[in-house]
Amino acid sequence: MVDKQTITEVQVDELVDKAVLMKGQGYRLVQISCTYKERFEITYSFDKDYELVHYRIYAGRDEEILSISQIFFSAFLYENEMKDLFGVRIKNIAIDYEGGLYRVAKKTPFAPQDKEEEEAKNV
Amino acid sequence: MSKRSIVPFGPQHPVLPEPIHLDLVLEDEKVVEAIPSIGFVHRGLEKLVEKKEFTEYVYVAERICGICSFMHGMGYCQAVENIMGIRIPERAEYLRTLWAELSRIHSHLLWLGLLADAFGFESLFMHCWKLREQILDIFEATTGGRVIFSVCKIGGVRKDIDQDTLKGIVTVLDKMQKELKELTDVFIEDYSVKHRLVGVGVLSKQEAHDVGAVGPMMRASGIAQDMRMLGYAAYKYLDFEPVVETDGDCYARTLVRIREIYQSMDLIRQCAARMPEGEIEEKFKGMPAGERYERLEQPRGEVIYYVKANGTKFLDRVRVRTPTFANVPALLKVLQGCDLADVPMMVLTIDPCISCTER
Repeated sequence: MVDKQTITEVQVDELVDKAVLMKGQGYRLVQISCTYKERFEITYSFDKDYELVHYRIYAGRDEEILSISQIFFSAFLYENEMKDLFGVRIKNIAIDYEGGLYRVAKKTPFAPQDKEEEEAKNV
Repeated sequence: MSKRSIVPFGPQHPVLPEPIHLDLVLEDEKVVEAIPSIGFVHRGLEKLVEKKEFTEYVYVAERICGICSFMHGMGYCQAVENIMGIRIPERAEYLRTLWAELSRIHSHLLWLGLLADAFGFESLFMHCWKLREQILDIFEATTGGRVIFSVCKIGGVRKDIDQDTLKGIVTVLDKMQKELKELTDVFIEDYSVKHRLVGVGVLSKQEAHDVGAVGPMMRASGIAQDMRMLGYAAYKYLDFEPVVETDGDCYARTLVRIREIYQSMDLIRQCAARMPEGEIEEKFKGMPAGERYERLEQPRGEVIYYVKANGTKFLDRVRVRTPTFANVPALLKVLQGCDLADVPMMVLTIDPCISCTER
């Protein structure tokens, strides 16, 4: 009994509206995840009565994304994590660590976004 | 307005030997704001997936945490199995469920001990951990390991449990239940214990929903959500309901975990009685291609495994959203307005696992 999982793509400027809609319908934010392959692929997952709803945005590395932490407070941790791990540019985070959520010696963001950058780091 | 001062809590604190730091903004003895810092020992285990074959990564997933180690391996395996369309044998589903529920008992007993230690009841702490030893002995007898078992693999499990050992496990649990009753009665009825827990750190049902709380933290606030109800592994064959309390305070969170220990014992008995004979592993060929969000109920709450595969032996991405990570905003909520002396209780009642958080 494998549940069907549908991921709906939305535009970056539609994201906040979708978050407001989800909040209004009583959904809970369960996670935000980011992957990078030439551009950021960010997935926002919401849950209501065990049903998972995913919205996905694609953004270029210089593109700014509006935080949804004003709508779902818990988003602030996920958004800070994406900043530290991938260098996603997110505006208006409720608690913004400005790249300092992870307190390790290595500078953030940890994962270079381009192969050339990665190769340069490995030299 | 009283003068504000900032008191640092952690990253090393007597009640929580794990590295989380809170800047507590105080007005006299009241906490008005708490700002968390994590990431002192970030390990980059998600990144490691790029250098390990998808079958090998099970060992990495198991090492995310030493308490719910088995369930980390299980979550990762389930995600890959669902991407590849692998249906594991029914006996393997039951075995996974049995080890998962033993892990829940062990985790909750460990937590009860830590809670007792935090409010200075050391003999109670020792009794909790003495009982927990019996669960670790079962792990050792059935898997060979007491912390990391490495019995979960993609396609099933590595080890079987024979009928005599299954009966032995049930006998141990039956004996343990009597001792457990004496122990949990102290948590439930003792005046001094209740004095530290009742009415402390209240999180309402609406607040729990809004801050995205998970697991016992959520269920203690009256939300009946337990990912085992999704019916993964053998849970679809078993009879149970989520354990729910409504007061939303530290006492309610303790009651949820205590009742869940008894529930886990019952689920293990059901597993032992209903487990069919048969294979424990489904052989598979090929490489995974696709993506999947897999949800499980760990002792601390809902964990999410996201796996993205590209048809090669190396995965594109693994992301683990652990329950403690999800419960940090809930902790900040309950800390607002509490007394400084109650902060350790509240930090403990989310059952924080920084090892999971620093994956």
